[in-house]
Amino acid sequence: MSEKYTYAVARIRALEVSLFSNAVIDQLIACQSYEQCLQFLAERGWGDTDTSADGEKMLKREEEKIWQTVRELSIDKKKFEVLSYQKLFHNLKAAVKAACVKEVPRDIFYEDTEVSGQEMLDIIREKDFGRLPAGMSQAAQQACDALLHAGDGQLCDIIIDRAALDAIYKAGMESEDEIIRDYARSVVAVADIKIAVRAQKTAKSIEFMKQAMAECGSISVDQLAKAALSGPEAIRDYLLGTEYAGGAEALSESMSAFERWCDNRIIQTISPQKYKAFTIGPVVAYVLARQNEIKTVRIVLSGKRSELPEGAIRERVREMYV
Amino acid sequence: MSIWENLGLVYALLGAAVAVFLAGAGSAIGVGIAGQAAAGVVTEDPSKFAKVLVIQLLPGTQGIYGLLVGFLTLSKIGLLGGGAADLTPQTGLLILAACLPVGIVGLISGKSQGQAAAASIGIVAKKPEQFGKAMLFPAMVETYAILALLISILAVTAIPV
Repeated sequence: MSEKYTYAVARIRALEVSLFSNAVIDQLIACQSYEQCLQFLAERGWGDTDTSADGEKMLKREEEKIWQTVRELSIDKKKFEVLSYQKLFHNLKAAVKAACVKEVPRDIFYEDTEVSGQEMLDIIREKDFGRLPAGMSQAAQQACDALLHAGDGQLCDIIIDRAALDAIYKAGMESEDEIIRDYARSVVAVADIKIAVRAQKTAKSIEFMKQAMAECGSISVDQLAKAALSGPEAIRDYLLGTEYAGGAEALSESMSAFERWCDNRIIQTISPQKYKAFTIGPVVAYVLARQNEIKTVRIVLSGKRSELPEGAIRERVREMYV
Repeated sequence: MSIWENLGLVYALLGAAVAVFLAGAGSAIGVGIAGQAAAGVVTEDPSKFAKVLVIQLLPGTQGIYGLLVGFLTLSKIGLLGGGAADLTPQTGLLILAACLPVGIVGLISGKSQGQAAAASIGIVAKKPEQFGKAMLFPAMVETYAILALLISILAVTAIPV
């Protein structure tokens, strides 16, 4: 047993006290207006003095605080790289599409990634794909060809999304940390299940599904794609025989319940980390829990801004880590 | 004074050294591990300083047990009184063997207690009201250090010099 992360885990335990529980999210939903929600968050230390009036700025500041904490723990940021792959590949997708238009829309890139949005855009415009991280260059080239030459936006999306899933799974399996392996396996499996469900609803071909789905140890792409061709019952039957049986139950309930299960599955994957004391797991779990918390608060704030009824917001919020 | 003529005394002193060194090292490692966890909690919540300090100190007792057996051994062989006893190599080896339990168990239990203490500090970080229960988990490890201490004391005192 290594004591390398003892300090970090103890500090994370102290920080977990201020994570939002389901009860706190309920209180946030119960706020009468968007402004009241912001006040509620500010009272709990969210944002800074200059961000209390702007929800987006407040959430951005909270995201920065996560990485500030990780830096203070002096843990190699490479350990967390896999968590940023979805943002990194989102930037690639945005850059490929932005390269086709004269004026680049604002705020389409995530900032805290290995390759910044602007740099990504320059690479795509110059077609200098070799400057991209390994595993991205081929996908970038194929996506550009699909969009610029074939004019197929959906194919472009599929190529990049598939490359993202492959990169996450590869990085996960190469990691020496159990939590990263579990996270990667869960993210890829849930994405495959989502693709199968949506492809079944839009009557896509088996070739399309196989192109979009990534191989992972816990799901058979072949069997899942065949099940999706047969119908929703076949998907449910297949899932019941895997560790994702909860997804089958959620599917029989409603699509909204299924989408919620997809997000909750990641939180369930990291839940055992609450009882570990000497691994990097609790730190990674804290980062994911904070990101989930910010995502949930964003859903609530958007609902309040659009004046949605409480019930509609509640249906969309995800399970919390604590 | 030749070493070979006083081999019994050398063995007995080695026993005292083993008791103090191994048990002390176990405590140092254990207190160090628990200290890292305590520092992590105090960084975020200084108000928990007193509680985590108490838990951090739990693995420190093995060092004291080793010291106790060391003193007892030195007293037994007459070094504390000023005149060293004339020990045969066999008696010296018996004293060395008598010191081993507290030394070895002190080393292992000190480290293990430090790990248990670090995990318990995690409990205090999240649920300070559970301090009493959190104390019990590392305290359980203490049992085995006490058993080893008991055997070492009984054995050292029972050896005729």
